[in-house]
Amino acid sequence: MQYLKPASFEEAVAMAGEAHGDVRFLAGGTDLLVRMRMGRVPDVLIDLKHIPGARDIVCEGGGWRIGVAVPGAELTEHAGLRADWPGVVEAIGLIGSTQVQGRATPVGNLMNASPAADSVPALIAAGAEVEVLGPKGARRVAVGDIPTGPGQTSLAQGEVISALYLPPRGAHGGDAYQRFIPRTEMDIAVVGCAVSLSRDGDVITEARVALGAMAPTALMVEEAAAALEGTTLGGEALAALGEAASAAGEPIDDKRGTAKFRRHVAGVLARRVALVAYERAGGAK
Amino acid sequence: MSMVHVSARVNGDAVEFLCDSRETLLDVLRDRLALTGAKEGCGTGDCGACSVIFNGRLVASCLVLGAEAEGAEIETVEGMADGEKLHPLQQKIIEHAALQCGICTPGILIAARALLAKNPDPNEKEIRYWLAGNLCRCTGYDKIIRAIQDAAAEMREEA
Repeated sequence: MQYLKPASFEEAVAMAGEAHGDVRFLAGGTDLLVRMRMGRVPDVLIDLKHIPGARDIVCEGGGWRIGVAVPGAELTEHAGLRADWPGVVEAIGLIGSTQVQGRATPVGNLMNASPAADSVPALIAAGAEVEVLGPKGARRVAVGDIPTGPGQTSLAQGEVISALYLPPRGAHGGDAYQRFIPRTEMDIAVVGCAVSLSRDGDVITEARVALGAMAPTALMVEEAAAALEGTTLGGEALAALGEAASAAGEPIDDKRGTAKFRRHVAGVLARRVALVAYERAGGAK
Repeated sequence: MSMVHVSARVNGDAVEFLCDSRETLLDVLRDRLALTGAKEGCGTGDCGACSVIFNGRLVASCLVLGAEAEGAEIETVEGMADGEKLHPLQQKIIEHAALQCGICTPGILIAARALLAKNPDPNEKEIRYWLAGNLCRCTGYDKIIRAIQDAAAEMREEA
């Protein structure tokens, strides 16, 4: 295996273009090294951590640009990010152990493309985007358009994500993420749910709801968002939200839970998470 | 297969090594630098027995490549005692009999050290969450938690 350290993303793309065989990009490595241990060693490994900016969190135009090599531990300690996007930060903080948090990155979580990835529903609800760089130049892609199935992404051979972008939070906004796991720590979501919303007084003006582990990829649930918008999150709105979340996706039976259980939990989580996001949008810490 | 040349610092000492690009930092520490404190339990980042502090962050050294250590500051359990004088965490783990087979102990010690550097007075819940990635199959954790709290109290008095 060839280990390469490009000094820019352009160089990383060029290295990938010239390489033969299986090429992988390395950030935190917490999924990649496990895969390597199972025998799937790439021919070329391109380490992105030494590219200027890859380890930076920058406030940009009211939003945030997060470098691809910033680990979870740094994101969860960042006061500005926690204030703007507490749901995104709490989702990232749920991934793995303290040790994994010391290395693992949200873009790695996205590119690993697990349907149960914790950060992905939160990033989708937040309206996050990534910059994808390839031989034909750069493009901005919504986070929800990156995973196409378990372990599969929309990136073409030789393309690399160069940064993660969170939009400006705006006034009176709040987001939240929760997942169901049978233990209290260190497990994979049976279902995960993220809600991001904005308020005008008590009325929800705009909402985004995303679910994890209810389909081959994390998904936005328009009907669930519609159940929230224009309401003050009363009993009727919560009931409609829960029904929409339970009806979403195409959950499967597997060792973590049945499809029926997943549908039930999706509704419960959506109601709980919406209440937290609503309180946060109203100024609660 | 060409080898990668790496310069780093381990427990304050400058080290240089050549490693295969596929080798983990854990392999390098144990097999090339003769620092066998960090243990391989699972090799997949689940058990925490290989925990080290890497550029100030607690990591599983089985999930870091040796080649990634270029220029890094690494702290392992071997750097905790001051000569013959044990670190308070080491002393309290012994006093509380917070170990049996000992495989997890170096990882627990280094993880607890990282926690106390960040939070000198953690409560039981904070310790349990912080150590969720350090598995111990012998003690049932209670003694470990008490030893860490005892050491933390002593370290606060000394500070």
